Amino acid sequence: MRLNGRFGRFGGCYVPEILVPALEQLEAAFLDTQDDPGFAAELNDLLANYAGRPTPLTRCRNLAGNIYLKREDLLHGGAHKTNQVLAQGLLAKRMGKTRLIAETGAGQHGVATAIVGALLGFETVIYMGAEDVARQELNVFRMRLMGAKVVQVESGGRTLKDAINEALRDWSASFESTHYLLGTAAGPHPFPTMVREFQRVIGREAKAQMLAQVGRLPDAVVACVGGGSNAIGLFADFLADDVRLIGVEAAGRGLDGGEHGATLLRGRPGILHGSETYILQDDDGQIAESWSVSAGLDYPAVGPEHAHLKESGRADYVGATDAEALAAFKALAESEGILCAFESAHALAHALKLAEAEPESAILVGLSGRGDKDVAQAQALFA
Amino acid sequence: MSRYATMFERLAERGEGAFGAFLMLGDPDIEACAELLDAVVAGGADMVEVGIPFSDSVADGPVIQAAAKRALSAGVRVGDCLELIARFRGRYPDVPLGILTYANIVAARGGFMRDAAEAGADSLLIADVPALEAPPFTREMQQAGIEPVLIAAANTPDASLANIARLSRGYTYCVSRAGITGTHSEGRFDGALIARLKRLGAPPPVFGFGISTPEHVRAALDAGAAGVICGSAIVDLVSRGGSPVNLVGLLKAATLNDKARERLGGAMIESP
Repeated sequence: MRLNGRFGRFGGCYVPEILVPALEQLEAAFLDTQDDPGFAAELNDLLANYAGRPTPLTRCRNLAGNIYLKREDLLHGGAHKTNQVLAQGLLAKRMGKTRLIAETGAGQHGVATAIVGALLGFETVIYMGAEDVARQELNVFRMRLMGAKVVQVESGGRTLKDAINEALRDWSASFESTHYLLGTAAGPHPFPTMVREFQRVIGREAKAQMLAQVGRLPDAVVACVGGGSNAIGLFADFLADDVRLIGVEAAGRGLDGGEHGATLLRGRPGILHGSETYILQDDDGQIAESWSVSAGLDYPAVGPEHAHLKESGRADYVGATDAEALAAFKALAESEGILCAFESAHALAHALKLAEAEPESAILVGLSGRGDKDVAQAQALFA
Repeated sequence: MSRYATMFERLAERGEGAFGAFLMLGDPDIEACAELLDAVVAGGADMVEVGIPFSDSVADGPVIQAAAKRALSAGVRVGDCLELIARFRGRYPDVPLGILTYANIVAARGGFMRDAAEAGADSLLIADVPALEAPPFTREMQQAGIEPVLIAAANTPDASLANIARLSRGYTYCVSRAGITGTHSEGRFDGALIARLKRLGAPPPVFGFGISTPEHVRAALDAGAAGVICGSAIVDLVSRGGSPVNLVGLLKAATLNDKARERLGGAMIESP
């Protein structure tokens, strides 16, 4: 490896020896593209003319305070996921891979991977927990429409973490032909660094848009954190600025019970899925099942850079409960005419609290995805 | 001299390969597992490798995953596993015993290496700690008096293989092909990997992953290995209620040289 893959004490490359050459190849290919104007040109063309970048920055007209939404919900595919799957897809092409595998929880990353599989001509296999397949029928159908094969994972709790385990097992046998298109800024090095760089465009655009539209930087930047890719993408270009960075985790049915996905608030350091990071676990180190109304935040680990930003104090992490997120989802729909993803509603829930306490502050919120996928669930919950 | 070194020396004098039997600790429960440990020794295992179950075992195929799940569902804790090891050590003072587990199990328990060494384990292999992350772990193992075992794969580049050779003690766990535990090896074993390890002065190479028949055992030894470890085939048999004695006996018999095999006659070489 050319980089050490660490964020303070966190990160690293904890995988079976057999996968190390595949990750070294990926790191080398990624670093090569960083200095290659041809790669940047092709990616930027796809981001602009296929995916629809730049995404707008929208000032909320009716919600209290000064809330600005970075509209990743308007990106092709319906969420920020598209930014980095296009980049990893191009990278996989350069490495001569013919097959993509990916894990998915709610199905958003699976759909994004199916998009890039269809666009760039890969055989595509998506691992999805059987529990999630049942909950997210529509996204499963979307993936299949675009030619991806969806494999139901029956091991463990049959959700996202089990889908990652199964994708890693597949990759252990298939890495010569196959790229593992990991969906978030977590996992073994180089994924956390690479995915951050491919999502950095969110914060870069938002910063320029704030300066152009408002004439100053935001006072606070707020994003939801599951694995943490949209948050790290939004934070990255603000790290050196005098701007508060706030990550919002899923407090689920409450932080004091066992039903949440608040890894940074309630977990402790450990090693899972290739990375040293915060993890929800028992005393023996067995991984706990997480819970959130939003499948995208329902993950018992978190990207290692967030663990470092927490320990260094550069970012603050807070929780929003299912109920708070649903209230924010409703408020945004009623006041602004925007249906956001349940994940993004967690960030908004905290922004609404902040706006009440500090009506003068400019608050930038990462609206990471749109709510179409959640409408059926919302209908059941609000009935 | 360590138990592994003593065993390899004894077997080399007799022209035999080492046969290692793998069991998941606590599968299907603690008492039944204690009996299975007796059974693999009775069957002729030269060394025993034991898994400490982890909820998210990414290096394992369906058979070993299911074994870990049975143990965890039975409420087995890491402390129970260490007790099983201590009981084994009490009964078999000379049989080498190695632990195979995952990084978070080791990281979660302060003093895991010391506790494992005190229980009587000889070695520790952490499936998701490759050579590039291994030094802090192997340092602690050596301080605690437990031998680090690392995995070497056919696709491992020379620089990593040199680190594996340098950091390993006891034996070197060799993997002949890509994939996870329990996948079929088709009896092909990589003599080139063994030759590279020998040149680097690595501890005795032992093939794991995909050893399920006497033909696999012979092919692995013919490729130059000092021994083999059989995991999924034993665990699969046990999960269906079978006794591992005959399977272990059959596979152990395949590690004998021709003279020893003649001496034993056909008795041990029947299929279970």
